[in-house]
Amino acid sequence: MNSPSLEIRTPEGICFSQMLAGPIARFLAWSLDLFCILVLLTLVSYLALLLIFVSPGLAVALNTLGYFVISIGYGIVCEWFWRGQTLGKRVCRLRVVDAEGLRLQFHQVVIRNLLRFVDALPLLYFVGGVVCWFSPKCQRLGDIAGGTVVIRHPRLLEPDLDQVLPGKFNSLRQYPHLAARLRQGVSPAEAALAVQALLRRDHFQPEARVALFAELAAHFKSKVDFPPEATDGIADEQYIRNVVGVLYSEH
Amino acid sequence: MIVDLQRFLANERPVWSELEGMLDQLEREPGVRMSLEQAQRFHCLFERTAADLAKLRTFSSEPETRRYLEHLVARAYGEIHETRDRHRGFRPLHWFFATLPQTFRRHLRAFAMSLTVTVAGCLLGGLALALDPEAKPVLMPFPHLQQDPAQRVAQEEQATADRLAGAKTTFSAFLMTHNTKVSILTLALGMSWGVGTVLMLFYNGVILGAVTVDYVAAGQARFLLGWLLPHGAIEIPAILIAGQAGFVLASALIGWGSRRPLTARLRQVSGDIVTLIFGVALLLVWAGFVEAFLSQYHEPVIPYTAKIAFGALELAALTLFLARSGGTRRGRDEETASSINGGVPAKSERASA
Repeated sequence: MNSPSLEIRTPEGICFSQMLAGPIARFLAWSLDLFCILVLLTLVSYLALLLIFVSPGLAVALNTLGYFVISIGYGIVCEWFWRGQTLGKRVCRLRVVDAEGLRLQFHQVVIRNLLRFVDALPLLYFVGGVVCWFSPKCQRLGDIAGGTVVIRHPRLLEPDLDQVLPGKFNSLRQYPHLAARLRQGVSPAEAALAVQALLRRDHFQPEARVALFAELAAHFKSKVDFPPEATDGIADEQYIRNVVGVLYSEH
Repeated sequence: MIVDLQRFLANERPVWSELEGMLDQLEREPGVRMSLEQAQRFHCLFERTAADLAKLRTFSSEPETRRYLEHLVARAYGEIHETRDRHRGFRPLHWFFATLPQTFRRHLRAFAMSLTVTVAGCLLGGLALALDPEAKPVLMPFPHLQQDPAQRVAQEEQATADRLAGAKTTFSAFLMTHNTKVSILTLALGMSWGVGTVLMLFYNGVILGAVTVDYVAAGQARFLLGWLLPHGAIEIPAILIAGQAGFVLASALIGWGSRRPLTARLRQVSGDIVTLIFGVALLLVWAGFVEAFLSQYHEPVIPYTAKIAFGALELAALTLFLARSGGTRRGRDEETASSINGGVPAKSERASA
């Protein structure tokens, strides 16, 4: 599997990345969409049943046209009016966007949906899935032709640091040069790991909690070696609080 | 470097919320035009959010916030840097009478290829049936084509009851949807570097050639024309145009003689492909009606001459429409070419500039 993110560098030199959705997440979203399509088709067939008393021929024709229009038009209409999302994609928090970060155009939506005819071959989107799996941007054939990608649509989750930061005294702050080195040496993922461990500390079994914070403390101690006065007598969990305090807050 | 993330979030969050609000409004109302002050404010918010993102990237921050900012910057970037045509509302009549025929003419070579492949299929199908009439079930594996043509004509002409009575609407809907699906598949198979499109067109040609030879050899050429021409005059060109769209796609994929990257080539033709396939769908709706309501009725109900004349008239009108509609002035064509090129001016425009 290739890189799961799409990196874009703007002419102003701003870099941003979008998390790409892989074939499994997309398949789940498609399964939900398939369910929606089946519900719509059932509704149309009930509507057609009502018409049977007026004209049986018209009822069958409505059913045939309804099946065709819904199966092809569902993706086009939803993705155009919901800006790259169908119901399944909304639930799975996925979105279709232009592969170069530009605004999604109508013809892109149409092409990626029409090419489902090939992507769906021979069964259950086998061709599309295989192409998506090996594509650098996780694109199926429809995405390649339409110049689109499917990204994960993130939700803002502001870190609630009040409940994890040390209240009064942080022994690591006594050594500002070492604290600065710690900030420099810790990656975003490592910092997030420490925050998440503190946020979820009450959900762990006592033994697991001790083991986890011991492991985390050992990891962060290996990054920067604070003098014994700053670390002696501090539990591993408190040490991680101090580390998070150094990383996230000035005071 | 951010040393106090909470203070940073508290200070910057209103900026992000304002930008998000403007983006939501722009996305809800794509036709809305911002005033100069609004555009300046929008750009300012974009730059500030982008700067915030740059700050967050340099520090071990909360990844969720960074992802949120990246998403916000990506949306704003799309709005600011999009140069392709988007503000013109869709005008159906202009699209049908100008855009569609102009697009068709712009890709005449692809249409010629589509036609050539189909004609080659026709020749092979016709020749195969002429040389080996026993191969009929293989060449035309459809039950309604297995009957002896003379026998069928006699049956049709002697029929007293309308065999499609009460079923014409259903038959028409079936024809429209089936033919449109075949056309979309013919287009979509362009992604197989055109191989699938060639196979579809060739196979269609083989069937058409075999049917033609079968009826002509049985002395039923007049019936054949009266049967096929009213709907075939539109349906066959529609399939050819679907093949044309498939070849346009394949040509962009292969990129023979072009130094532009694949994404740019596909981006350049995607608007044209959609125009062509929507045109095909419209033609097939008409052909479906004609096939269900007219083509299946023969002499003495409708004289063959009238049906043949109707078909010939349709073919002439379609040819005239595709060849002449939308004007032939260079400027108008170039305007359309420019718009589908994503704002890149056509050759002569660049030269004059």
